[in-house]
Amino acid sequence: MITMGIDLGAKNIKVVILKDNKIIGKSNVLAGFDVEKSAQQAIDKALKEAGITKDKIEKTISTGAGDKLAPFYDEIKSIVGCDSLGAVFLHPAARSVIDVGAEEGRGMRCDETGKIIDFEVNEKCAAGAGAFTEAMSRALEVKLEEIGPLSLKATEDIPMNAQCTVFAESEVVTMVHNKVSKANMAKAVHDAMASRITSMVRKIGFNKDVVLVGGVANNIGFVDSLNKDLDLKVVIPKDPEFVGALGAALAAAGWKGGK
Amino acid sequence: MEQEAIYPTEKLKCWKKVKDIRMKFYQDYAEAHDKGGLRWAGGAWTFDAIPAGLGEDVYPITSEPYSATIAFDKELSLECMEATEVKGYPRDLCSYMRNYWGSIITDKFAFGYKDGEFVPRFQGAKPIGFPKPDFIWQDHICCSHAKWYQVVSDLEGGIPMFTVDNAVGPSNELTDSKIKYVVEQLKDGIKFLEKTTGRDYDDELMFKAIKNHFVSTSKWAESCALNKAIPAPLDEKTIYSLYVLGTLQKAGKQVADFYEKDLLPEVKDRVKRGIAAVPNERVRVMSDTQPPWSFLSIFRYLEKFGCVSVGSLYTFGLIGQWEVKKDGTWGAKKIPDVEFTSRDQALYEYVKYELHKPEWQHFYSCHLKSDMMIRIAKEWKLNGVMLHYNRGCEGLTVGIAENRLALLDAGFPVMAFEGNNADEREFDEARTKAKINAFMETLGVK
Repeated sequence: MITMGIDLGAKNIKVVILKDNKIIGKSNVLAGFDVEKSAQQAIDKALKEAGITKDKIEKTISTGAGDKLAPFYDEIKSIVGCDSLGAVFLHPAARSVIDVGAEEGRGMRCDETGKIIDFEVNEKCAAGAGAFTEAMSRALEVKLEEIGPLSLKATEDIPMNAQCTVFAESEVVTMVHNKVSKANMAKAVHDAMASRITSMVRKIGFNKDVVLVGGVANNIGFVDSLNKDLDLKVVIPKDPEFVGALGAALAAAGWKGGK
Repeated sequence: MEQEAIYPTEKLKCWKKVKDIRMKFYQDYAEAHDKGGLRWAGGAWTFDAIPAGLGEDVYPITSEPYSATIAFDKELSLECMEATEVKGYPRDLCSYMRNYWGSIITDKFAFGYKDGEFVPRFQGAKPIGFPKPDFIWQDHICCSHAKWYQVVSDLEGGIPMFTVDNAVGPSNELTDSKIKYVVEQLKDGIKFLEKTTGRDYDDELMFKAIKNHFVSTSKWAESCALNKAIPAPLDEKTIYSLYVLGTLQKAGKQVADFYEKDLLPEVKDRVKRGIAAVPNERVRVMSDTQPPWSFLSIFRYLEKFGCVSVGSLYTFGLIGQWEVKKDGTWGAKKIPDVEFTSRDQALYEYVKYELHKPEWQHFYSCHLKSDMMIRIAKEWKLNGVMLHYNRGCEGLTVGIAENRLALLDAGFPVMAFEGNNADEREFDEARTKAKINAFMETLGVK
């Protein structure tokens, strides 16, 4: 069976095409202003990689913040449901999943089939999401992909007290005036963000098999801070930003755990 | 979504009557002086049977439902909120209180006249000013109540005010001395009313009002208890329009009669005939605290999944009085079988009865609230709970995170959403709906 999962995130659109539960095509395209157009581009790209045409897709599930903007879909499924399904597929022992995307952070507890037991969303605040690291990298004048490795070079723990992206930026300015090194500031940013995510995850509870998904899972500085805060080593699947779309494609295939 | 109907449904026959009683309540208040009557203001929880002893032409306006009415009128609410902010009142205060103050500051009443008919402003009424009350009759248990009417009095240039401190502890620790503490205040209050209005107080009118109070609060609870049935005869969005009469004038005869003679027989009939509020009922939830009044559409959104919100501790226990029955379940509190022979005796019975109000108990302990919520979740056969982390009402939201943990421990899935009962600027409809989507998936419906 060939299925498609489309995850229309706040910043990126991810598409995964599965054939008998094996990935045969995937794509990641910036959402931009014209989300529908970008979604079509992402679909075309994934179809090209899979080497098939749209009519071969038997079922499509759309998910994410812009789920209803997909050019076509058979069903909509929540992003927390797709995340957990994808995480359990990739790491069968997973019962706790953290998704840190561009716009929001989410924590989930699920069962062995990927069914959600409890979830929490960091809403109304960018301080627990990728948008926070983007704003902070701009304030530090370092490239987004550099802020993670940079923070691993930190020599000090500097607490960042601000709970809000806007005020945190002001705090960074104060740190600059105090001649705090960029590495220490980068770590302060990741520690603050990890603290927010950890607090949210503790609300719903977690076990040792915690899977981290979403684009921010590629930030090794944040991962390091999160591991220390949770006092464990989170599992990061390959291509963590695709896990939501993978879960959507799995749901379209009717996957409910097991191989 | 859009599940097929499983049960028959039909509109409530008493729907128009409940709307008419509500409109008449506000019209009577607005026009009281035209008929030589008196106007008074106080909270929805106040001992409203007491001012009833001043005569049959004494009309109240209760603060919380009036403020909820403003909240439903988004344009007016925003005006009121901004007016209070301009006056320097902070945005994190009780949002009902801010709407109410704003209505006074802007001198805009939420009702008026259109072609001679008394209607809400949002239905095109010609604006009228806020009708100034002659006196304030309030109680104090909520943290905001203590200041609410002090500011109202100041804003209106000084209105005589009497307040009753009824925060005497939870009902499971009620003692004779605690009851008498409140009774003595009510007796002082009666003297205040006589002095303020220049009227003689009529105990017989007060006795009748207390009896009405017993009927309103007990019969409302009885109707809510009938919602244990599957399918639920009432949904919470409808319940909001029904319970409100008890918040307006629970000691009024028209309200008592409505609950006893109109609503209760109709709900009984719906249960008997299997009439559902939500014809595609597949899962049942409850909410908590006041809803975001500008966004009641979220309850209709639930229905698309076949989900009915059957009520809440808030809608059941804000006005309704309950007791544990012989079989261990919750049922309507029995109406006291007592004849009033004196002012002291009537006040004692009134206070003893009223201090059991469920929604007062968690001001003393969140665990008392958790116990009641778990009871509802079990007896009303719920699949999950939606908790409103209501930033507009600290009083009813205090301890809600503890309630969440207790419900989870008891095995009930919980979805929490952030919002504000009366300040729509603090509610994110799209994100709340996204959360509902995910929650419905966890309940096995989509």
